[in-house]
Amino acid sequence: MDALNAIVLLSNFVLLPAVSYGSQLALGALGITLIYGILRFSHFAHGDVMAFATMAVILVTWWLQGMGVSIDPLPTALLALPFGIAITALLLLGTDRAVYRFYRKVRAAPIVVVMASLGVMFVLNGLVRLIIGPDDQHFADGARFLFTVREFREFTGLDEGIGLRVSQLITIVVTLVVVAALFWFLNRTRSGKSMRAFSDNEDLALLSGINPERVVTVTWLIVAVLVTVAGTLYGLDKSFKPFTYFQLLLPMFASAILGGLGNPLGAVAGAYVIALSEVGVTYAFRKFLQYLLPENLEPSGLAQLLSTDYKFAVSFVLLVLVLLFRPTGLFRGQSI
Amino acid sequence: MKKLLLTTALAGFAAGAAQAEDVPIGIVLGFTGPLETITPAMADAAELALAEANESGNFALGTLMPVRADSTCIDSGAAVAGAERLVTSDGVAGIIGADCSGVTGAILQNVARPNGMAMISPSATSPALSTAEDDGLFFRTSPSDARGGEIAAEVLRDHGVETVAITYTNNDYGAGLAESIRAAFEEQGGTVTLVASHEEDKGDYTAEVGALSSAGGEVLVVVGYVDGGGAGIIRSALDLGAFETFYLPDGMIGDSLTETFGDEIDGSYGALPGTDSPGASQFADLAAAADFDATSAYAGESYDAAALMILAMAAAGSTAPADYAEHIMSVANEPGEEIYPGQLGRALEIIAEGGEVDYVGATAVTLIGPGESAGSYREVVVEGGALETTQYR
Repeated sequence: MDALNAIVLLSNFVLLPAVSYGSQLALGALGITLIYGILRFSHFAHGDVMAFATMAVILVTWWLQGMGVSIDPLPTALLALPFGIAITALLLLGTDRAVYRFYRKVRAAPIVVVMASLGVMFVLNGLVRLIIGPDDQHFADGARFLFTVREFREFTGLDEGIGLRVSQLITIVVTLVVVAALFWFLNRTRSGKSMRAFSDNEDLALLSGINPERVVTVTWLIVAVLVTVAGTLYGLDKSFKPFTYFQLLLPMFASAILGGLGNPLGAVAGAYVIALSEVGVTYAFRKFLQYLLPENLEPSGLAQLLSTDYKFAVSFVLLVLVLLFRPTGLFRGQSI
Repeated sequence: MKKLLLTTALAGFAAGAAQAEDVPIGIVLGFTGPLETITPAMADAAELALAEANESGNFALGTLMPVRADSTCIDSGAAVAGAERLVTSDGVAGIIGADCSGVTGAILQNVARPNGMAMISPSATSPALSTAEDDGLFFRTSPSDARGGEIAAEVLRDHGVETVAITYTNNDYGAGLAESIRAAFEEQGGTVTLVASHEEDKGDYTAEVGALSSAGGEVLVVVGYVDGGGAGIIRSALDLGAFETFYLPDGMIGDSLTETFGDEIDGSYGALPGTDSPGASQFADLAAAADFDATSAYAGESYDAAALMILAMAAAGSTAPADYAEHIMSVANEPGEEIYPGQLGRALEIIAEGGEVDYVGATAVTLIGPGESAGSYREVVVEGGALETTQYR
């Protein structure tokens, strides 16, 4: 019984939050890794594109709510997703046309394109604040919990409980679907194969008749889907605030680099590693150990590796370690 | 040239003669610097009290004359020089000020104590001023930040709480208040399991709440902002089933609290500065007539500071700080007839007849300990998704 309590406790406070946070990071990191692999630059505007996409979804959600459309108990935002993806796709293709295409044509050094994306980041940063403002926005509706901690405790009779939120379940399910669809697309379809070919060797791909502009367009479209879904899920699960989304840039990049830049599988794995270590390293394991250890061995302190103040340092430390010892990432991506 | 000198000297002499009738009162506030937006209303409020006493005709010691000096709020050197000028050149009988805790301490040590000058600050809230050496010359009409901690501890103990965990927003306000709550709660026999900080504007507070939950505690004390990380902590704690009851200090009590959480936090409680004294509305009427904003921060406290100084002078029958300083506590506290804003004339009359007054003023002043306001706090509880006031303390 004690072992069961310990597992339930850990699931509630570490595993479940880490898995849903990791899923949101994974979708973001996949976008970064695709852009790096195919367009060959680090997309610094990713966090703010995510904020823009989520803002589009929120605005459509409010419009739908105003019309009285609802898919209770699921959040209305899911209905608004396709609209948000379309708007984000237009934005991304627009910036590509206005900014990035020029640098591709002159074959600019990657660092120049990175700086251009930094500029795009600042513009989007301002645009989002101009349209929706810098404050918190709540747009989640429908049921909040599948079951709460208290319901779980009463049902199982355990001392500890797990609360499962609808948003967490949606996050995990949607991430599974999107990631599966992406891998199917990359591995099984003609467009996906041409994208991978383009990523592996640009010149060879051009020689074999692959249209580079088409590959670029498809990439941006996929990124639009990934980034909108990631941003919306994060907003549903937590809350939407432009500044928070900007701050997500670091863990997303850390995930992509950890897994190996340009490697989609690596991005997903990296995201879960980052999420699990951010939550796990700073968790106080006292209660967990109290359930498992005999009484005389119980820790008197909190059994916490790092104070939560250092939560964001965890991604940095992992990043440094990986770059030091395995510059190509855990899954053999491109080195940077 | 000779003639000019003579006239100037004569004019100076005449001015000096006129001053014998006047009682200059120094008003040292940060008219430039970070508080420059609220200090005009503070000075207006203090001068309003002086004018009220003059108009009543019951202040027998002369005509009260305000003399302003700039404290800058942040530059101790400039503040000390300004206060020094008031004492040596203007010959003030007392100082209302200063505003910020840092410059107030500097003026107290470098000007007030060496010259034996009394000071009443309307807005310095640092706990350090409670224990500073002041030779009985320093008072304030604002509560020390430490009072917030004592009030929190009292409310928690009254609810029968034995153990709490505390989380605070990582800045001076959060760290200071969290520390004073911890100290006061432990002094009253409670146990604090963990004091941990949280950052503002993070999307996710699972890790913070996880640590607090492991440490345990009946109630989570959330020293934060209702429109920021504090709300995130509560959201996360509810979702994870870590805590069900929260203690909410002033920064956490606002309309958006109940809008966000509704009845999910029923049974949580807290306290914030506030008073049910009728003095506040009477002061607002006076301020409206004098054309300044009564709700501006520390305006009421400034009026009260000036009023206390006037009443203490009247009670002592002297404008020498050494004589009237000891009377400041007694005119502010019971026993005596309660005095509200606009009744200074009446108070002076009572004092002249040898009676006692209990000055209540705009902010329900009661001076405690080393001469600082006890502050009045409004205790609230969340019931049915709405904030209900339970009592004032």
